[in-house]
Amino acid sequence: MPVPILKQGDMLIASMQSNLEDRDLMQLRDEIAEKVGRFKSRGVILDVSILDVLDSFATRTLRTIAETAKLRGAETVIVGIQPDVAVAMVQLGLTLDGIATALDFEEGMELLVATIEGGRLDGS
Amino acid sequence: MVAEETRVPIDRDGDIIAARQKARELAAQVGFSGSDLTMIATAISEVARNIVVYANRGEIVLSAAQQGSRRGVLVIARDEGPGIPDIERAMRDGFSTGKSLGLGLPGARRLMDEFEIESEVGKGTTITMRKWTR
Repeated sequence: MPVPILKQGDMLIASMQSNLEDRDLMQLRDEIAEKVGRFKSRGVILDVSILDVLDSFATRTLRTIAETAKLRGAETVIVGIQPDVAVAMVQLGLTLDGIATALDFEEGMELLVATIEGGRLDGS
Repeated sequence: MVAEETRVPIDRDGDIIAARQKARELAAQVGFSGSDLTMIATAISEVARNIVVYANRGEIVLSAAQQGSRRGVLVIARDEGPGIPDIERAMRDGFSTGKSLGLGLPGARRLMDEFEIESEVGKGTTITMRKWTR
């Protein structure tokens, strides 16, 4: 099932739906890259709270999405990694080093706004 | 006692999701909970993906395991793919032939209690994993 991407102001919000197949993640990556340009988005929130497994493939793809968005000028925050999922990821050896994460949607949005505004101050 | 087996054919990436859902159900019946269920599902995701990526098709066989008073799950991932020429290298973190992070097999081993791999070039690979309740 494809992941819907919502536009809210200068943010894009993608909430993962149930269990993602590989092609859904690939499609999400391509659509985010395209929509960041079309809507001149500054931030992307990837909500993974519904996912009960984040394996090495999913983790790598989330990283790719964040890095692709970054190259297109948008910051990404991954929100909602469940506690059991976090434990399993660490045990497996997976990290999201260099990728912003937040506990939930609200905190992710705060972090994103702070990052974008901080970036604007630095940049201008 | 013959343990009941659940066989999940692995032909495409969607089957990986089916395999981990079946494993979660079985592990919950055996008595696992919380992060153990997620670890088992994640380990299965890794070995099932290995089948899809390297062998195209294979199967995951799930059953309950018992050893004395210990209860657990037995997972067998089997394929008739190209086999792994250098198992030691494949079990090393960060080793990959380019299609993954190279964390799959060593990661799956860390998530489970027991992990054995048998592979013959040209014949296929069988991975046997067990996890015990605490």
